Amino acid sequence: MTIVKHELRQGKLSFLIWTGAIGFMLVICVFLFPEMKGEMEGVSDLFSAMGFFTAAFGMDRLNFGTLIGYYAIECGNVLGLGGAFYAALCAVNMLSKEERDKTAEFLLAHPISRARIVTEKLIAVLIQITAMSLVIYALSVAAMTAIGEEIPWKELNLLHLAYYILQVELVGICFGISAFIRKGSAGAGIGIATVMYFLNLITNIAEVAEFLKYVTPFGYCEGADIVANGSLDGKLVAIGLTFGMIGVAAAYLRYVRKDIQ
Amino acid sequence: MEAIKTMNLTKYYGKSRGVVELNLSVEEGEIFGFIGPNGAGKSTTIRMLLGLISPTSGRGRIFGKQIGQEKKEILRNIGYLPSEALFYSGMRVRDVLKLSADLRRMDCGEESKKLCGRLQLDLSRKVEELSFGNRKKVAIVCALQSRPRLLILDEPTGGLDPLMQREFFEIVRERNRDGATVFLSSHVLSEIQHNCTRAAIIREGKIIACDSVDALAKNNARRVTVHGSVDLSGLDGIRDMQEKADGGGTVSFLYSGEMKRLLQTLSAGQVTDLSVAEPDLEEIFMHYYEGAGNENEPGVKE
Repeated sequence: MTIVKHELRQGKLSFLIWTGAIGFMLVICVFLFPEMKGEMEGVSDLFSAMGFFTAAFGMDRLNFGTLIGYYAIECGNVLGLGGAFYAALCAVNMLSKEERDKTAEFLLAHPISRARIVTEKLIAVLIQITAMSLVIYALSVAAMTAIGEEIPWKELNLLHLAYYILQVELVGICFGISAFIRKGSAGAGIGIATVMYFLNLITNIAEVAEFLKYVTPFGYCEGADIVANGSLDGKLVAIGLTFGMIGVAAAYLRYVRKDIQ
Repeated sequence: MEAIKTMNLTKYYGKSRGVVELNLSVEEGEIFGFIGPNGAGKSTTIRMLLGLISPTSGRGRIFGKQIGQEKKEILRNIGYLPSEALFYSGMRVRDVLKLSADLRRMDCGEESKKLCGRLQLDLSRKVEELSFGNRKKVAIVCALQSRPRLLILDEPTGGLDPLMQREFFEIVRERNRDGATVFLSSHVLSEIQHNCTRAAIIREGKIIACDSVDALAKNNARRVTVHGSVDLSGLDGIRDMQEKADGGGTVSFLYSGEMKRLLQTLSAGQVTDLSVAEPDLEEIFMHYYEGAGNENEPGVKE
């Protein structure tokens, strides 16, 4: 587990910055709720009449006046996008950075198999996103307790679980890409996370684009559906995790054969 | 046993040539020189031996183990010093050396301390703040601290000052006396000449000569310098002809033909002074480097 330890040490600063930033914004969002609540009751109607814009964020189907409705929209976007960016960046750099920073020669001249390197690096990414998810979940619960609202445990748990699965899926896909590229990894990671996010917005607006929810992991993270159904869409989650696993498999297949520059 | 053995090892990067049908044989316990100009394929060869890249065709063995397939077992016995040593930024020298030892699942603390002392390496510095030469020292300690059976050194002295170079080769020779095999890749001729028993010369991806360093230097060719007027046309085996602009008609050339013919030719002319000497290794290498050689070059073993 030498490489796991090494990667966790290397990624510490990035972890703290991303977790800190997302956690901070999430807590601020929750703290704003009591103030918004009073005004929101009227505003909800206004929002629901804003057409495309509200549909894009699922605001036509969620009640802004309840904590979970508000949390699913505001915090969902913060945690969804932030978490997706962090997971994608972390994974897409994981293998490619060795060649980009020319440290591959150092690492691979040691008696350690390529498959072992891939495994340990994957574990390191998963530990980081799991730790981030747990910290943010704890911050969120703490903030909700602090504002004295009753915590909607079930919906909250489901939302956080959905975003965790989303991060895992993106990790799988981006990790696969990481085995193929040498440069421009950050752009690829951010690009994929962003495209996935916008695909979901399009899905929400246009019914013809409904099939896209099978492509983007944000499809099963849709707060409105989770709150309304009280469960995650198992089919979408399964498809998503399959994409993730294909990515991981591609990473192994590619990296063990790759010519290292 | 042979430490390194390659059989028609070939690497193409797409269409561009890496190395072509390389046949190398390095005996255990020797210091073997691998010399050639930049881009000749030295690093490509080493990368294949280490399993960083896979050969297009051909095979290779290190201590009897197949390269590529038994990579992990092979690397356990190798200490590799890359030509350009780069490490993870943010780490201190001490952490890099520890990481390298941990990756080998070894405790190299004592050996590493000894080496750092000899090379005057400051353990508490951050690697990205180090100069090229000091980074090289970190790489040297990484390569040597596990006391490997085979040392693969790729242009090892770049960036090191002369004192450090001397200390470095001192350590390498000590390791060799203790039984380690050394594969020294370099384009610095004197390094090979002073440290190696045998050497191979590589140019444009092909081994063009492989012999003991003495034999490579002591081939039949002689550096002949003649003062006076001599008609050298019709004499075979002349190359690298230089005319000195001293007004006295001094010519100097490398001669690898029959000695009798040379004497006959010279005696027919007006020679005021003559010297016949062994060419230095430098001249031979320059000749190989420039590719002016013909196929039946003395010293070349097919």
